[in-house]
Amino acid sequence: MSDLNAFRAEVRDWMNANLTGKFAELKFRGGSGEGDALPDLRKEWEQELARGRWTCPGWPAEHGGRGLSVAEQVVFQEEYSRAGGPGRMGHIGEGLMGPTLIAFGTEDQKKRFLPGILNGTEFWCQGYSEPSAGSDFGNIKTRAKQDPETGDWLVSGQKVWTSLAHLSDWIFVVARCEEGSVGRNGLIFLLMQLAQPGVEIHPIKQIGGGSEFNSVFFDGARAKAEDVVGQPGDGWRIAMALLGFERGISTLGQQMGFQQELDLIVEIAKENGADRSPAIRQRVARAWIGLRAMRYLAMRALSDEPSTETRREGLAYKYHWSNWHRDLGRLAMDVLGMDGNVVSEYPRRERLQQMFLFARADTIYGGTNEIQLNIIAEQGLGMPREPRGKL
Amino acid sequence: MILEFTPDQQMIREEAERFLREQSSSQAIRRVVDTGSTHDVELWTSISRDLGWCAMAIPEEFGGLGLGATEVAILMELAGSRLACVPFWSTVCLAAPLIESAGSDEAKATYLGAIAAGEMAVTVAYADLSAADPSATVAVQAARTPNGYRLDGTVGQVVDLAVADMVIVPARLEDGATALFALPSSGGQVVTSLSVIDGTRPIASLELPGLEVAAECRIDSGAVTGDQFAKALRFANLGLAAEQIGAAQGAFDMTLAYISERVQFGRTIASFQAIKHRCAKLAVDIAEARSLVFGAAAAMGQADAGESALEICGARVVASELQFLAAEEAIQLHGGVGFTWEYDPHLYFKRAQASAALLGSCEAHMDKIAAAMFGDGGRP
Repeated sequence: MSDLNAFRAEVRDWMNANLTGKFAELKFRGGSGEGDALPDLRKEWEQELARGRWTCPGWPAEHGGRGLSVAEQVVFQEEYSRAGGPGRMGHIGEGLMGPTLIAFGTEDQKKRFLPGILNGTEFWCQGYSEPSAGSDFGNIKTRAKQDPETGDWLVSGQKVWTSLAHLSDWIFVVARCEEGSVGRNGLIFLLMQLAQPGVEIHPIKQIGGGSEFNSVFFDGARAKAEDVVGQPGDGWRIAMALLGFERGISTLGQQMGFQQELDLIVEIAKENGADRSPAIRQRVARAWIGLRAMRYLAMRALSDEPSTETRREGLAYKYHWSNWHRDLGRLAMDVLGMDGNVVSEYPRRERLQQMFLFARADTIYGGTNEIQLNIIAEQGLGMPREPRGKL
Repeated sequence: MILEFTPDQQMIREEAERFLREQSSSQAIRRVVDTGSTHDVELWTSISRDLGWCAMAIPEEFGGLGLGATEVAILMELAGSRLACVPFWSTVCLAAPLIESAGSDEAKATYLGAIAAGEMAVTVAYADLSAADPSATVAVQAARTPNGYRLDGTVGQVVDLAVADMVIVPARLEDGATALFALPSSGGQVVTSLSVIDGTRPIASLELPGLEVAAECRIDSGAVTGDQFAKALRFANLGLAAEQIGAAQGAFDMTLAYISERVQFGRTIASFQAIKHRCAKLAVDIAEARSLVFGAAAAMGQADAGESALEICGARVVASELQFLAAEEAIQLHGGVGFTWEYDPHLYFKRAQASAALLGSCEAHMDKIAAAMFGDGGRP
């Protein structure tokens, strides 16, 4: 425990010493709902993190990480968020792409791609969802056809809800490589450069006015023969394994942000008298309880040897936090009252307004509420699976 | 940092689960409920004497095992899941912590030792057990006499009083201080069992019509302070919350088993999405409540007392809400048989309402949390 405290102090000191000067502007920015804020400076910040060896600290040392334990990674996330560390431009590379390459990539792929992620110089985005493959991810229609001369793969189709594609260098794409295949069969997992002919990126304006998501159109765009992860046809397995690397450690950092939002709500309620309403007080208390439970829920779910209960709890986590956060958004606006109706540069208010709006996405992306409930029922409780339709 | 049961805790859990599954069956509960008995005598003997559950959190110097809140919460959760008809909560979570927190050295040695050895069921006659702070009011007056004290007063509801071998009575002295008196069941007090809706936990009234007691009956180490009561009540609330989430899980397990067998329209009703989603939402609430209960148990004694108290308030809120939801869903999802006497949902439903009324309503606990968050002592 004392080692952990020393480590905590180390992170805190580093953040305090480095999130200053030109980077001070980044404090508390680039979070949920404004993932596209100040992108150039946030990329520079990634390189600053890299100089402190704080990118990819959970990766094994042989691949350039610090090999931190889960407990240490949690501490890092907490202190990073507590200090106001901005939303991470590199988190898809660090949290998803890197671990997938370490597990399934060729030596050549590791050599070519891991350094860019570690150094904060190459940014990745995730090409999974499509207009007709949202919850039903197996319904992917993007096609990859092998060029018989070069062995490269030519990709055509559309991806959507691609976070930060317009600010990224590379995309990993799940596409159908076997003509006539359906569902999870016949898929391929490809690494593709975004700056090439045949790739078009269209930002999507969101409910709060920002554009974190994009549509990405492919029209004969090229993935190099050596940029297939796993075997052609094995894409589903790689795609699912990638999702499994998100162990939820970053959620403890996310919770720090939630705590800051709740603190803001309390502060504003005290100022504007909303704290005199017994109903508001009960809702604020309920929010505190939900957040405290969320913290312990995450800490139990990080157990290395999950029991039946903790496995079920892990499945419940996304539903719990996203619905809690959505409710918090409404509470924030109810506390603001009519002030909440007015758009302003007043930073505290703007943060809560953005949260109110963007939290509506929380219960949709990464598996909608309804899909989450199916997963909990089927995988957690062993209830019968939903029948598939024939359309 | 990462919350998981130790191998020892896991073992306690597995063995207790197996034992209760066999011993606290539906038939065993019904023997108590249908005959209006105070408790399951055989089960209580096994738990207290043979298995040593009452010794779990009692310090080693008094003959206990010196384990902590987590172990007790594990056992309370399991006892709750089977609606075990035993005075376990009152003895281990209500009375023992009060003796430990406010008792004299002699009282600790005598009574904690007896509880640890499984020789004694004990309860506490708080004036108002429904209050978030039951120690705030005192219903019994204590006047000094040449040989001891004379106790006067009535406590309307004391849980497990009719089964307890001893009751601890908080009483107001003439100087305004609060003292604790330990009265054996043969002590001359008038105990009247009440006919209760939840037959799994007996309630009786206690009358002390000018009862003369010896000076040795007083067991506190000097006037009991608010902090001493608060410390003991934190443990009582945590134990109750654990019991509540257990009862919720018990009702849920029973419901899942039923809907997996009940067939309508040529399929089990568990295959309908409307039902799956209700069950999944309940699973989310169970995850939330269980995490908070065991998180609060692990943090107890590590976090500062104020923080810990708020977490336990929170645990009671989610546990009370959850227990009721699980019980009402059990009735609803059992359909027609859900509101019969023959099937078990009503046992869980009645326990849910009865437990939620103990030691503070959800609203009272949330008021306490809000007062701390706004730093205004409960403003409106």
